[in-house]
Amino acid sequence: MVLLQQVISGLSIGSVYALVALGYTMVYGIVQLINFAHGDIIMVGSYAVFFAINQLGAPFWLAILASMLFCAAIGVLMEKVAYKPLRNPPSRRALAFAAGLIAFMLLLMFVISIAIALMAALCVCVAALFLTKRIGWSPKGGAPRISALITAIGVSLFLQNIFMLAFSPDPKPFPSVMEGTLKYGGRYSISYGALATMAISVGLMAALSIFISRTKMGRAMRAVSEDAGAAVLMGVNVNSTISATFAIGSALAAVGGALYSASYPQIDPFMGSQFGLKAFIAAVLGGIGVVPGAMLGGFAMGVAESLTKAVDSRWSDAVVFLILIIVLLFKPSGVLGKNTKEKV
Amino acid sequence: MLEVKDLHVHYGAIHAIKGISFHVGEGEIVSLIGANGAGKTTTLQAMSGLKKISGGFVAFMGNDLAKIKPEKILRLGMAHVPEGRRIFSRMSVQENLEMSAYIVKSKEQVQEEFKHVLELFPRLGERLKQRAGTLSGGEQQMLAISRALMSRPKMILMDEPSMGLSPILVKEIFRIVAQCKKDGMTILLVEQNASIALSISDRAYVLETGRIALEGNSSELMGNVEVKKAYLGG
Repeated sequence: MVLLQQVISGLSIGSVYALVALGYTMVYGIVQLINFAHGDIIMVGSYAVFFAINQLGAPFWLAILASMLFCAAIGVLMEKVAYKPLRNPPSRRALAFAAGLIAFMLLLMFVISIAIALMAALCVCVAALFLTKRIGWSPKGGAPRISALITAIGVSLFLQNIFMLAFSPDPKPFPSVMEGTLKYGGRYSISYGALATMAISVGLMAALSIFISRTKMGRAMRAVSEDAGAAVLMGVNVNSTISATFAIGSALAAVGGALYSASYPQIDPFMGSQFGLKAFIAAVLGGIGVVPGAMLGGFAMGVAESLTKAVDSRWSDAVVFLILIIVLLFKPSGVLGKNTKEKV
Repeated sequence: MLEVKDLHVHYGAIHAIKGISFHVGEGEIVSLIGANGAGKTTTLQAMSGLKKISGGFVAFMGNDLAKIKPEKILRLGMAHVPEGRRIFSRMSVQENLEMSAYIVKSKEQVQEEFKHVLELFPRLGERLKQRAGTLSGGEQQMLAISRALMSRPKMILMDEPSMGLSPILVKEIFRIVAQCKKDGMTILLVEQNASIALSISDRAYVLETGRIALEGNSSELMGNVEVKKAYLGG
């Protein structure tokens, strides 16, 4: 019976891994980018829930909904500001605006008056416009994939440090939201939290599956991930499809963050990197870019971790990584991964 | 219907299309023929927005295509059957066809066109639930054409529909191309198989390394000595 209990708690944490892994895998499927900042969305979402409950007195479900919306917006913003300019060349105007914005922020650090900073930034903006015109600079897109990857690491560090500045690096206690246990057979018990986590995650995954297979937007996502050019010929707006993918992935990560924080009630600005890494491994284990693979990988990892913990908790991470190494040795594309051949 | 003036296209530093001009009138089949690397595919891609135009002017029914986002071009009524088919191989045949629902809002029209293309290609009807990647080459080409027809375009760009197909299938595909013309569609056809392209089209342009070398009525070109020597095997 201990075994059953461990399996259930493993499935519970695994369902959260799966939720987060979905974001990694969907984004990878559509833009071939490993979005390292995805893990930090978990952290952002947890803070959002924390504030909605503590400051605004919102009930847990409402806090989760708000956090989903907030994280979806952050996800889209991240893609538009950091990743899209690497795929499509930014216009001269966008470049000048960025230069102005950077100047504005730098000046704010040194100059007290906002008005002076604003005016100086405006000058930088105009100068950039003029200069690029003068030297005949033309935008170039299609940066190599490694640039996008490094940018993702940058976005991750940016989010962690912004939150550290705003809320201090000290861990904060997360409010207890799902208490109580279900007892059965007199001796065994499962926490309601674990059950609710599983129910919510599985429900969301089912909804996502239906969305991807049945709706127009879902079909557009699959089309873009297979052949973006052909999707354009079908009238699909590739950029808005990519944005939708980021929004959905980030909203799922927000739920994952809330559920995780509910069972391990402590949040800090760096919680996303550790958890995100594990979710990423789950995505790779199942086959990155494959939606059912992320779900399978998440559950498998959760159960493996939980069973190892029953024996000796110090070994849990080691076992998870060992499984990953073994799977990749025999099937580098992951359990459900497609065997793709690199075109040369 | 389609008016191209002094079109230039670059791949980085390579000047692929060096100022070509041509036009396609309503209801015509016009073919672009030429050897590998002459710029036929690039020309079509510039029409449908897959490739950026670096100079010149392309107008489709009075719209300047350089100012229109690629994904909007289908909405204007210009469909493109790309080289190498590029069907969505992980989707079912039916899902491939229903991609048109992305721009066609009325469900009835989607259903109607669905019936229409299945009449043209009954073989696809038997394979609706099958994954498109498992179809044979000929069936994939049929699917690619059907997928483009689903939005009921006014003009269709076809890139090498005969590529890699057996002579019987080529005949079958070109029977459909002729049918599309009968139904009032305008067609710009790119082909390496010059003889079949000339036999079906009204007019043709011969592309050579990014320039138009010859143009004229297809029947005239078929009799042209140079064309015979270079493209018709004798």
